[in-house]
Amino acid sequence: MKKVKISTGIYHVLLLGFGILLLYPLIWMVFSSFKDNSEIFRGLSLLPKTWTLANYKSGWQGVSGITYATFFLNSFFIVILAIIGNVSSCILAAYAFGKLEFPLKNFWFAIMMGTLMLPMHVKLIPQYIMYNSFGWVNTYLPLVVPKFLATDGFFIFLMTQFIRALPKDIDEAAIVDGCGSFRLFARIIVPLSVPAIVTTSIFTFLWTWNDFFSQMIYISDVKLYTVSLSLRQFIDAMGNSSWGGLFAMSTLSLVPLFLMFVIFQNYLVEGITAGSIKG
Amino acid sequence: MKEKKKSKWNRKPMVGYLFITPWLIGLFGLTVIPMLSSLYYSFTNYDILTAPRFIGLGNYTSLFTDPKFIKSLQVTLKFVFISVPLQLIFALLIALMLKKNRKGIRIYRAIFYLPSLFGSSVAVAVIWKKLFNKEGLLNQVLAIFGIEGINWISTPKTALYTLILLAIWQFGASMVIFLAALKQIPEDYYEAARIDGANRIRQLFDITMPILTPMVFFNVVMAFINAFQSFTASYIVSGGTGAPLDSTLLYSLYIYMKGFSQFQMGYAAAMAWVLLLIIAAFTGLLFLSAKKWVFYND
Repeated sequence: MKKVKISTGIYHVLLLGFGILLLYPLIWMVFSSFKDNSEIFRGLSLLPKTWTLANYKSGWQGVSGITYATFFLNSFFIVILAIIGNVSSCILAAYAFGKLEFPLKNFWFAIMMGTLMLPMHVKLIPQYIMYNSFGWVNTYLPLVVPKFLATDGFFIFLMTQFIRALPKDIDEAAIVDGCGSFRLFARIIVPLSVPAIVTTSIFTFLWTWNDFFSQMIYISDVKLYTVSLSLRQFIDAMGNSSWGGLFAMSTLSLVPLFLMFVIFQNYLVEGITAGSIKG
Repeated sequence: MKEKKKSKWNRKPMVGYLFITPWLIGLFGLTVIPMLSSLYYSFTNYDILTAPRFIGLGNYTSLFTDPKFIKSLQVTLKFVFISVPLQLIFALLIALMLKKNRKGIRIYRAIFYLPSLFGSSVAVAVIWKKLFNKEGLLNQVLAIFGIEGINWISTPKTALYTLILLAIWQFGASMVIFLAALKQIPEDYYEAARIDGANRIRQLFDITMPILTPMVFFNVVMAFINAFQSFTASYIVSGGTGAPLDSTLLYSLYIYMKGFSQFQMGYAAAMAWVLLLIIAAFTGLLFLSAKKWVFYND
């Protein structure tokens, strides 16, 4: 009995220790953001000697006279459009792959799975050239329009798995009742797919929020900057003087992600596992 | 009943196509056609301002005499082949530790998962930059033991390892997948093994690992493809240059520099196709090897 207790103790000490080690960089940044600028790289104490919001005030001023209010709004704006696009276009395709029969279905599904493995770089340059010729560079269109065309195959796959696993008698009953495939989709499949829709929305949120590469390529006007881009600009603009402000804004930029994580943890976990384990 | 249903669908085979129309437009407009045109551009000299000029295999031959390209290829392979295995080993070990339903499992799972959500953000790259510089956290800790640390980020020998560490730090997503797979293994398997006198180590290698191999395979393929495309951290940590001495010049970063700061679009397109071929070759090998080590129950 006692032996069991000791080994459980060791187990918890090990895991907790490892967990703290993992999160320490994040914790360090959060506490540093409340420190006076001169204190950040001096002294080992994790907690600030005097707590100050000065870094948040100075950091919020942003870059080139545009404050973080704009950058956060811009990021949220793109994220919301991306969510609407991903959910609506991917669920249409997922319904077709999951419930309907049509010629070449398996072929198209295999192609869709294949696109999951393509490195984005092979599409990047022609896409840029195309958007450039449309006059879309320096707008949000290149970041948002593709989402309405279901380019994130991962979500089609995720929702197809989900819709396929819905009980068969539901759609059979609906067909007997004279429900066509459109009504079946709108009245039954969509309402039942809410968990998959939530998962898709959360992942779209996280990936779009964290996106840096495509935002950097397409957006150059500071007024249109997202949080990611503004942080990059911040590093370039300040040299080595005000890490406090950078830490403060970096911390703020992680807050929405953290909230999503806290609220939707189960959906996140189920989302990544549903994508890999066959249902 | 079944007959009736079938004939009903057969009369409307195009309904399915209606539902996949947005995806099909995206597939052709944003994937197939761009891929083909990027193949074409890869045989040209193109700076966006003037029309592309056909130069045959010119870009490809200059790639392999471009020391910076060779360097970025080496850096990327090193990054991928160190970070992917270590990341997955961590994911697997921790998942095995969390397998049993003990108290606090959910909290541990949350703690270990969190870094993989934050990991690709600019904010975390910012932290990393300050963690490993001269007066950063690591050196503050080393100072306690009387060791004077170097600037890990501006030293060519160590800079890439800070990025590798950042990749490993994000093992949580794979861990969660392993954990879910582990939970699906029926308890009777272990019961039966215990009756047969198999100890824990035997159980691990004879039951757990074989059942887990499809998940390991899935994680290896995905981690691999992602690692090849890694960008944000190397950009932020090196200030967009791959410094010091190109030691953090990951492939994506070099494509970006060629395409979008030097506007050598043809050259960048050729690089993208070489990357596609490299990824295809490695995933192909993985799929071939799968027959030897991946265990499918059905």
